[in-house]
Amino acid sequence: MTRLFAALAIMISAMAAQAEEVTTYTLDNGMEVVVIEDNRAPVVVHMLWYKVGSADEPAGTSGIAHFLEHLMFKGTDVLASGEFSSIVAANGGSDNAFTSYDYTAYFQRVAADRLELMMQMEASRMNNLAITPEEVRTERGVILEERNQRTENDANALAQEQFRAALYQNHRYGVPIIGWKHEMEQLDLQDALDFYDLYYAPNNAILVVAGDVKPEEVLALAEQYYGVIPAEDQLPLRERPQEPPQRAERRMTYVDARVSQPYVVRSYLAPERDPGAQTEAAALVYLAELLGGSPFTSALGQALQFDSQTAIYTNASYSGQWLDDGTFSFSLVPAEGVSLSEAEAAMDDVISTFMESEIDPARMDSIRTQLRASEIYALDNTQRLAQRYGAALSQSLTVEDVQVWPDVLQAVTAEDVKAVAAKVFDRKHSVTGWVVSNEEEAR
Amino acid sequence: MRRFLIAICLTVLATTARAEIDIQEVTSPGGINAWVVEEPAIPFIALELRFRGGASLDLPGKRGATNLMTALLEEGSGDMSAQEFQSTLEDLAASISFRASDDSISISARFLTENKEDVLALLRQALLEPRFDQEALDRVRAQVLSGIASDAKSPNAISSAVFNAAAYGDHPYGSAIDGTAETVNALTRQDMIDAHQNALAQGRIYASVVGDTTADAVSGLLDDLLGDLPQEGPPLPDDITYDLEGGVTVVDFDTPQSVALFGHRGMKREDEDFFAAVIVNRVLGAGGFESRLMTEVREKRGLTYGIRSYLVPRFHAEVMLGSVASSNETIAEAIEVTRNEWARMADEGMTAEELDAAKTYMTGEYPLRFDGNAEIAKILVGMQMIGLTPDYVINRNDLVEAVTLDDVNRVASELLQPENLHFVVVGQPVGLESTP
Repeated sequence: MTRLFAALAIMISAMAAQAEEVTTYTLDNGMEVVVIEDNRAPVVVHMLWYKVGSADEPAGTSGIAHFLEHLMFKGTDVLASGEFSSIVAANGGSDNAFTSYDYTAYFQRVAADRLELMMQMEASRMNNLAITPEEVRTERGVILEERNQRTENDANALAQEQFRAALYQNHRYGVPIIGWKHEMEQLDLQDALDFYDLYYAPNNAILVVAGDVKPEEVLALAEQYYGVIPAEDQLPLRERPQEPPQRAERRMTYVDARVSQPYVVRSYLAPERDPGAQTEAAALVYLAELLGGSPFTSALGQALQFDSQTAIYTNASYSGQWLDDGTFSFSLVPAEGVSLSEAEAAMDDVISTFMESEIDPARMDSIRTQLRASEIYALDNTQRLAQRYGAALSQSLTVEDVQVWPDVLQAVTAEDVKAVAAKVFDRKHSVTGWVVSNEEEAR
Repeated sequence: MRRFLIAICLTVLATTARAEIDIQEVTSPGGINAWVVEEPAIPFIALELRFRGGASLDLPGKRGATNLMTALLEEGSGDMSAQEFQSTLEDLAASISFRASDDSISISARFLTENKEDVLALLRQALLEPRFDQEALDRVRAQVLSGIASDAKSPNAISSAVFNAAAYGDHPYGSAIDGTAETVNALTRQDMIDAHQNALAQGRIYASVVGDTTADAVSGLLDDLLGDLPQEGPPLPDDITYDLEGGVTVVDFDTPQSVALFGHRGMKREDEDFFAAVIVNRVLGAGGFESRLMTEVREKRGLTYGIRSYLVPRFHAEVMLGSVASSNETIAEAIEVTRNEWARMADEGMTAEELDAAKTYMTGEYPLRFDGNAEIAKILVGMQMIGLTPDYVINRNDLVEAVTLDDVNRVASELLQPENLHFVVVGQPVGLESTP
């Protein structure tokens, strides 16, 4: 063991700051451009991020952001339905898209010399989508089957959806990204076009290009294809309904015969990463690791899976990269013969003990080291680096916020962790959910 | 002392992208082979090991032993408890994962260059001196049992279990590697020791190392890491002929969307028509949005979020499978369209345009797979396990290009047998019943 500690000391000093090469521009029409150079392979990832997600949807049309994402693969004024993906595939590339609460992003991964074609096509569908009522009808069937597959067929996903709806009392983070089923069934062509016309515009978009490219060449192409698209002057300020003061703890039981074993989850509202103010978020990253990161070394894992056989699974997690309030969550699957109320009490004991005790400096050092190393490992995946910038910039963070984040993480102290824990662990801001297969298990 | 080093400089030339990857084949003084790619740009290393055999080596009545044993390799070894082992790894910011599957055990390690020796020492200790403490055995057993219980209520897991049992019976392919609650509850520490002795044999190792190291350095570390493992393992299971008849098996499960898994016999990886079969499969059902099944079932009719077909050439059997999920009310229609598309491709084949599009995609996409040290390391051991040589990465696209329209259409008519498709449907499908 001592041999390893010696090695550790060397490692920390030798982990020199190594970072991705990033260049940024802003086009005259307001579009932001981020270029990440990585010349290890002749490949490029072209991503276009719109600063609009499901939490920006008009009330009553939940799922429209995601539905529009699907419809974007139908035709434009120059491309037939499905032709976009066919052309990407015919160039040996792959493409897809994803929708979150805060953003909708489209991407292609392709040989670097095909970048121009990707840009030409992506720019064309920013303004010239041409969809028919028949395509809308068929694709609505697809998203309803997607909801079936992701949510209706999955008891855990249904439970999560209920708990989240209770955690957010006013913010649309409580509405599922894919949409409520009854509202999805009513989504029509006009809903999609209204959303598209308002939000899909260069002054609401971020272009991220990562891979074997030269920044100035990317800029020239971006000006040629995206730079000619006019800005949307009706683009609304992004001010979404916020949470009121939360004054009552919420408790729920979700019963579904498809649950294989009972478990308990608790989620608290938690501060998110904000521009120029990321310290609390960074401390919450440590808090999640300390309480429920690795089952072997975290407080919950050690107490409930090793010192006592109370649980077969424990976890704490922090989800903090959002435009508005994030979450801090616990989950615990009790061991055979342990009831949910016993398991929840044991979990609360661990949290109380943690709050009353000193944080072991060695654990802080270990987490700090892992976070620093994770920055080195991250360099191996260009697409993930591109996502890091695209997501952050669509959530109001700046390039500088992204780049100082590793340093902010390194600077976190045990006092920071304790302070943010005391702030977040207020049961009035929480939902505790039990997930069971029958009422008997909830006693 | 036997030592040789072949350095093959490989340049993948594809239609749309060039990936340069220099695979060096090394053999240690003790005779252990590895493939190495030197990539000094980022100061870390990915190591990938595979042992042929895996859960197929479970002894009679001990289903689940290899899986549980493999999970216990990270749960204490040498003089370290599970927690000591893991906290040491965490302090080194390294990860080592151990995973059993039907025909192999996979070990993936990732570590910073400067921690190489310490991490490899930990890996060696886990492989050679696992403790199998009763406390760890019971704790991990409870986790495995939890997974088994969860699978029993998962439509996807149920469909696989029912299909495999019907197709392979008592062969190891016929049951899940986790075992059953009954077999797992009965496993003892001695079963772990036996499984360990059987599963990690030197003669069955495939290894690759990609990252900030050199071929010489890898050659020098293999014997220390792996040289004390048993030389040989027990015999591998026999091959089994897939002969499940066409038809439908409905498994009643109260859920709104039915999940269907379907298939018939497939093609061996070493068959000279294999690339023609890959192209047939790509155009029929593996082509993302471009495949005929996606076009007909999803794009035109909106019956599903996803449908795909895939070739599964395993070591002891080969099948062609597909899967689709659709509401209980519409799954029958989705299956009917699937059968029709299967028949249309078998009867009429594909067009020259479809063949060209498939080739362009496959040759263009291939170099993009070599994306990151761990990804490359996984590809390299996968190649070794099926008997490919390093120059395959150069020749592979030529093999794709060489396939003709006559080839694919002949293979389509032989490979695809719509009447022999067996569908296992989990849910409450309307208008579908099990065939006798």
